[in-house]
Amino acid sequence: MFKQTLNISTSPHLKLGVSTDDIMRNVVWAMLPASAFAVYAFGLSVFLLLVTSTAAAVLTEHLLCRWSGKESTVSDWSAVITGLLLGLTLPPAFPLWMAFVGSVIAVALGKFAFGGLGYNTFNPALVGRAVLQAAFPAAITTWHPAFLEGRFTDIASSTLALPFMEPTYDAVSGATPLSAFKFDGVAADSADLALGLVSGSAGETCALLIVLGGIYLVARNMMNWRIPVSILLTVYVLSGIMHWVDAEAYPSPAFMLFSGGLMLGAVFMATDMVASPLTSKGVVVYGVLIGLLVVVIRLWGGLPEGVMYAILLANAVSPHIDSALQNRVYGTVKKAKAA
Amino acid sequence: MGLFNFGHKTFRHGIHPPEHKSETNGLPIRQFAFAPLLVLPVSQHIGAPSKIIVREGQEVMRGQLLAEAGGYVSVPLHAPVSGRVRKIANVPTAKGEMSLGIYLEAFPASGQEVLERDGLDWQAATPEEILQGIQNAGIVGLGGAAFPTHVKLKVPEGKQCEVLLLNGIECEPYLTTDHRVMLEQADDIFMGIRYLLKATGAQRAIIGIEANKKDAAEHLSRNIPEGLPVTVEVVPVKYPQGSEKMLITSVMGKEVPSGGLPIDVGAVVVNVATTAEIGRLLPHGRGIQERVVTITGPGVKKKGNYLIPVGTPLRFVLEEVGVADNLSEVYLGGPMMGMAVSNLDISITKGTSGILAFTDNEVHRADKVYPCIKCGACVDACPLSLNPSQMGILAKFEAYDDMAANHNLMDCFECGSCSYVCPSNIPLVQYFRMSKAVVRKRAAAKKEAANV
Repeated sequence: MFKQTLNISTSPHLKLGVSTDDIMRNVVWAMLPASAFAVYAFGLSVFLLLVTSTAAAVLTEHLLCRWSGKESTVSDWSAVITGLLLGLTLPPAFPLWMAFVGSVIAVALGKFAFGGLGYNTFNPALVGRAVLQAAFPAAITTWHPAFLEGRFTDIASSTLALPFMEPTYDAVSGATPLSAFKFDGVAADSADLALGLVSGSAGETCALLIVLGGIYLVARNMMNWRIPVSILLTVYVLSGIMHWVDAEAYPSPAFMLFSGGLMLGAVFMATDMVASPLTSKGVVVYGVLIGLLVVVIRLWGGLPEGVMYAILLANAVSPHIDSALQNRVYGTVKKAKAA
Repeated sequence: MGLFNFGHKTFRHGIHPPEHKSETNGLPIRQFAFAPLLVLPVSQHIGAPSKIIVREGQEVMRGQLLAEAGGYVSVPLHAPVSGRVRKIANVPTAKGEMSLGIYLEAFPASGQEVLERDGLDWQAATPEEILQGIQNAGIVGLGGAAFPTHVKLKVPEGKQCEVLLLNGIECEPYLTTDHRVMLEQADDIFMGIRYLLKATGAQRAIIGIEANKKDAAEHLSRNIPEGLPVTVEVVPVKYPQGSEKMLITSVMGKEVPSGGLPIDVGAVVVNVATTAEIGRLLPHGRGIQERVVTITGPGVKKKGNYLIPVGTPLRFVLEEVGVADNLSEVYLGGPMMGMAVSNLDISITKGTSGILAFTDNEVHRADKVYPCIKCGACVDACPLSLNPSQMGILAKFEAYDDMAANHNLMDCFECGSCSYVCPSNIPLVQYFRMSKAVVRKRAAAKKEAANV
């Protein structure tokens, strides 16, 4: 008896058993329905776009780790999230080489430069997208109609544009619902918006499937539901007030909720654990801030869409929200002073 | 999920690890065999070690004093069996270090009747006499902390004890000793309460029990003696409710001030098994010789709740109950706060509430430690609302003083909830244990420097 040696370890000896790569992998699963719909709506071009952006992100992460002499962190799935998420925010016929550049920048600048997973101040996918928006303002605002005939056999010519060449666009749909409203004063039908029967970035059109993914993550306790709920509520209430004040000038709250990248941003981007606050109170403040910025940019800003900048700005203040809103420590009257 | 705490009072946050209590909670307490050789360290409690008063070769009777209290924060040690003191030397302990102790050889054929002294009548005795009696009986907190009970019961000058809180929570998974004690030793518990009410001056007693021990709660409620001011309070199951602070919040709705003691909110908390021991020993002037231990875990063949003489070597215990071939780790205490043992030659002490044996299949090995992803799971788990995420980062940078000064590090009682939930497998509670030790050491060094 007792031939073998005993192992020792420190308490606790039980473990919940959900690991970081489990969470990341499940976030990828949760994005798949919206991704599948994007391919269904926009066809082969979007399939290539998502594959390119995801592969580029994974490759960048792998090579950067290798070059810096670290073990590759590709297996934690976070690079897949960054790549796929970036792809979902791009216009359907976005040139692949630009998407590739965007993914490289997202991982290298948005994540690796800060120290890798866990240290990024901003959501890496949004860093990539912000750079693309600055570098290729025409390409990133050139939209492609959904549900074209032959979308599963033909590839949009702009998709295959050669690097540094001016892409040619074959089927340009003038506008997304948001830009149509902003510049032409035409509001799309809310039901069409929710179901994704409109144009827009590849993965942002079908709000229902995005919400489905979000519900899956919340049910698995892998997402803080307070973030999307507080963002969406804020947008709904604020735009509702504005719409009530002047229904001509301001769109309905339902239009605001389901149009553009709000749903995708609220569910999959603002919820980046690393770049959002820790405490429940902090998370609500963060969500309200995003909602407020979205409404302000959309209604009074120069851009039709403001989700990206709203989230990036909120990411930047998230550490400050955290230090200002620490939980009250048990048995203390005043808050512990944050460092 | 602080938004939805309607109905029951409870403490903030906490976790729900799998309970595994049904494996032993239906098994009555059974007397364990006497080991041929007992190993008795003189430091089985927090405080000064006991002073040995026997010599090598001396024959002792069961219940006879082997060592007397080494000071106020100390308790005596009684012989758990009749036998002969074989050796007084360093003995192995759970912490891994050797410390002074007694090897006691049991007489194989002895009757093992217990030596009794003058008992203490709860009605006639003064509070001071009761406290003295509790110390004389060698009683320490049996929930696991092993802090001398008489010290804890001493209400400081200027404070008043309003409520005597009996801790029957037993929130550690797997452990069922308190559960069985409440079911089988109700009379002893009530007798203990009489002594404790008198010693503390409390007007009433509350027994706090988690909802997974409803049978014990009902049994105790039914058997409360006439006129004894005791109520039983059932609280929802949540770890770490068995901690004094959490229990006070759950039952009384008050928070113990940071750095303070339960008496600061008018409460004294005593474990139910400790109370039962007081009720059983004091009337007969006896000392503590054995305790109830839950022996369980996937690697144990004859699981159960056993009454085991203090000093019984772990090896003897595991040989008696039988363990699986692929035994991997053995824990003293519960799986959340218990200690993995490195040596089976250590013995059961007064603070051992459980022995758990896990095989390779159940031991969770963190194959990979990821960076903190700021998911906030630890923040939502910490019963004290500390910020383990941030403290974990500070500990990595060895910013121990910052942790203590600005993040209430010293409040952490190492329940392990943060480590339990951490998806990145960061050994948070281990960081904090280490950080606390460093802070304490620095404070002691500072004090010393000031005195020189």
